[in-house]
Amino acid sequence: MNGSTTIFYLLAAFTLVNAILAVSTRQIFRAAIFLLFSLIGIAGLYFWMQYEFIAAVQIVVYVGGITVLIIFSIFLTQQAGDLLQKPKPARKLFSALAAFCGFALVVLQVYQHSFTGDSSQPIQPSVANIGHQMLGVNEGGGYALPFEVVSILLLAALIGCIVIAMRSKPETT
Amino acid sequence: MTEPGLYHILFISAALFFISVFGFFTRRNLITMLMSVELILNSVNLNFIAFNKYLWPNRLDGLFFTIFIIAIAAAEAAVAIAIIINLYRSHRSIDVENAEEMKY
Repeated sequence: MNGSTTIFYLLAAFTLVNAILAVSTRQIFRAAIFLLFSLIGIAGLYFWMQYEFIAAVQIVVYVGGITVLIIFSIFLTQQAGDLLQKPKPARKLFSALAAFCGFALVVLQVYQHSFTGDSSQPIQPSVANIGHQMLGVNEGGGYALPFEVVSILLLAALIGCIVIAMRSKPETT
Repeated sequence: MTEPGLYHILFISAALFFISVFGFFTRRNLITMLMSVELILNSVNLNFIAFNKYLWPNRLDGLFFTIFIIAIAAAEAAVAIAIIINLYRSHRSIDVENAEEMKY
């Protein structure tokens, strides 16, 4: 067992343990912190697979953006020291059962299937290659249209957030 | 302990997905449900990257889908938090049971 394997198992255990804690703790602020560590573990898995760009994007967007947004909204909406209400035992039992059955089904299916990949010359996932393949119009490119759709979606979400969060002014100004 | 490969990452991704599904079923607070949704989207991203690395290393399509999913997840989180804060302003609570009159 070499170093790479050890690091992989450590990252996997770190991610999964923090995910379990994030969905089961009763203090909402701790849940957010465990979520943060779980997302960092996933970024570590991307680093382990040598997709450095996507790992950096994961850290910037999820760890630096979404988690901070969630923590701010916790500050805005929760009273300090409040515990989340306990789920009903029956609901907890049936949720665990459903999750476990789904997990067993998926894992059995995956392990029975043998994937056949394409073992031609691997391409380096560097930023230059990503840019060429995503926005190029030559051979291998062709993701310009989804790119534009996503940018329009981001613009729409931005305007939607402003409209939703805007406090309606009193009529007499 | 064998050399980690595609199956190991698929196992982690499936485990992460169903842990978050469990959280999504049991939580009644809108912010914690949003956290579960973020974890679900992350497990899908992990799947895409693993398929890209181990099955089609000569293409980058899985990576593009991951980038698009990250962008959409960020937009979704921003809109969801705007709605949650607005709900808290009018109801003083963000439990899903108290939000049922939102449908009228």
